[in-house]
Amino acid sequence: MRKARFLPGLTYGSATQIFLLAAIVALPFADLSISAVHPGAEFRRLLAGILSPSFSAIELWSVVWTVAFAVLGVVAGGTAGLVLALFFDRSRLVRLTAASLRSVHELFWALFLMQITGLSPATGILAIALPYAGIFAKVFAEIIEEADRSAENVLPHRTAAVARFAFARLPVVAQQLKTYTLYRLECAMRSTLVLGFVGLPTIGFHLESYFKEAHYAEATALLLCFYVLIGTRRLWARPWTVPLLAIASLFVLPEATGNGSTWSNMARFFGHDIVPVPLRSGSLWHGETWTAFGSWVWRITVQQIGPGTVETLILAQIALLAAGALALLLYPIVSRRFLGQVGHYLGRALLVVVRSTPEYMLAYLLLQLMGPSMLPAIIALSLHNGAIVGYLLGRRADQLDLRVDAPKGANLYFYQTTPTLYGQFLAYMLYRWELILRESAIFGILGIKTLGYYVDAAVSELRIDTATLLLVGVAALSMSVDALSRHLRRRLRIEALPIRLSADHQANSARSNGAYAGAAHAQQPVA
Amino acid sequence: MAVAIALDNVTAGYHGIPVLHDITLSIEPGERVAIIGRSGAGKSTLLNTIYRRYPEHAALIPQASALVANLSVFHNVFMGCLDRHSTLYNLRTLVWPAAAEIASVARVLESVGLEEKLFAKAGELSGGQQQRTSVARAMLNGRPIVLGDEPVSALDRVQGGGVLRVLCQRHETKIFAMHDIRLALEHSDRIILLEGGRIILDEPSRHLSYQRLLPHFEGELQ
Repeated sequence: MRKARFLPGLTYGSATQIFLLAAIVALPFADLSISAVHPGAEFRRLLAGILSPSFSAIELWSVVWTVAFAVLGVVAGGTAGLVLALFFDRSRLVRLTAASLRSVHELFWALFLMQITGLSPATGILAIALPYAGIFAKVFAEIIEEADRSAENVLPHRTAAVARFAFARLPVVAQQLKTYTLYRLECAMRSTLVLGFVGLPTIGFHLESYFKEAHYAEATALLLCFYVLIGTRRLWARPWTVPLLAIASLFVLPEATGNGSTWSNMARFFGHDIVPVPLRSGSLWHGETWTAFGSWVWRITVQQIGPGTVETLILAQIALLAAGALALLLYPIVSRRFLGQVGHYLGRALLVVVRSTPEYMLAYLLLQLMGPSMLPAIIALSLHNGAIVGYLLGRRADQLDLRVDAPKGANLYFYQTTPTLYGQFLAYMLYRWELILRESAIFGILGIKTLGYYVDAAVSELRIDTATLLLVGVAALSMSVDALSRHLRRRLRIEALPIRLSADHQANSARSNGAYAGAAHAQQPVA
Repeated sequence: MAVAIALDNVTAGYHGIPVLHDITLSIEPGERVAIIGRSGAGKSTLLNTIYRRYPEHAALIPQASALVANLSVFHNVFMGCLDRHSTLYNLRTLVWPAAAEIASVARVLESVGLEEKLFAKAGELSGGQQQRTSVARAMLNGRPIVLGDEPVSALDRVQGGGVLRVLCQRHETKIFAMHDIRLALEHSDRIILLEGGRIILDEPSRHLSYQRLLPHFEGELQ
């Protein structure tokens, strides 16, 4: 309490100004040129392709494998995540493991795993399962932590921990765990699609070649197929179908096209490749070895991590601001209060399609159309994140209790909903900050010189030791931004507000089937 | 095993705000005590304080029924005796309960008139049924001291009286927090009246009357 007085006050306004300033400072350093010779003509071809999708071109197996990788990745990651979640609040090691797993993007995992398991299903599944295990661990731990404990408090003294969990905790949170896992399946589908861009046989593999050859009609058909899968997710992905889907997935997996045995690859990878060059030959007992190691670390930090981090931050800060502006602009179109009953459904459909479009794929497509610069990446990131936050804000706007004589239209927007929702808006954006940063780093694979550019270059030159050090840099950057975001949310007193897209679904399902839970809370002793 | 309850100059509260002040109290095994007072007088805090001091010997019936909404009535009641079985057996009961276990839970449920709801989901019960499930859980727990926080507040007076009677048969020492004066007089041997977190009256029930206690509840419906 006393401490707060000595710190400059952080308000919604000043927080917004800080991020505005950061983006303005970054802007002159960003390359926003359009270098394609005839971008207009290319866009017209894209539009023509979108309007006449060629359904005969759908590669059915790539669709099957996209689903199979996603299902198996989520099942493996979810199981591991649940086990980690049980020890999350007791073990620092578990928390650190989960944080490291999730701070490395699926695509980076895939690039690394290919060194061991080649272009195989194992690479695809593990690239999803490993980072997702970290995410599941954190979210599951939060759900378990926040669960209603009244039943647990009444259990007989000295009830064993396992029975305690199985009777009084797990049944309370089971519904939430299921809902979140199924939601995650949707994210995993987007992730597996993107894995195709680095060579795995998913939808993205074919999309990449279609985009490259400007076969937009074929690409559109394949993408429509993907949207249908995402849109019908609630029909085919249910708690009882997931085990069946997982078993079926095991039987349809493609054959590995990698070379060499996994074990010898693994021995080579951990015994040689990942060991920093100066330590491979030199004796670990000699001072010179460590001096050489130090200068190796220094060289990579100065020449690659430093510039890569600056470029990643430039992209992330501009994209964050653009996404925020877009979200504020877009949220009325998903709100009943602004667009009415029919209109807001159309708006919602539009935003759901935009957010189902993987931002990596969008950036790849825009790069093909506009030529290499940071602009396509900014557009892709701000569209994807702006659509998600806009959608969430619109839903919140509909849940607000407004007085009967509330203003309408622009007055409602500026005087009521936007000021009321601004804290919630900042909470969403501060949470997305870290996600945008992770994605900005990844876009380096597309040729923008963010951290991913250096990682990709190092991996393709088989300098795995360098790539590993770079990944440590990526993880450190994303963890720092995560910590800073958390700190700011606390300072702004918005840390308790919901931040995840899945929380929105959960809130809705809780309202419909949780009448009892609400009643139980209302009856808490007040003495 | 007979255990006497003794509190000596106890002060307790929530979040650092004291609710109970200097409570000195002893309750002998076999007593049937009603703690009465307006809402906010500290009844629940007193019960929770006793529970925290004698967790080995007491079964608690909390004010909110505190059931797991997604589990059946059977499982919610069975939770009262988790400490008596091995973890493996408990996990097995979660999936495939033994016939003997079902029978013993059904017997307890029968005594509170809820046997036909044995395998209903707890979340789908009415408030009164949830309360009786919570009572059954404490009965199956079977520890000598039962601490009931308004254990029959959602039942009518006849049904509530019946439930209190079976509870009394099951447990040796009975301590109930209540705000219904008549029910308290009828089902206790000793009345403790709390006001503002202090004991202001502690007498055998037979020395007391509805008329004498009523002024302490001024402004509350009786």
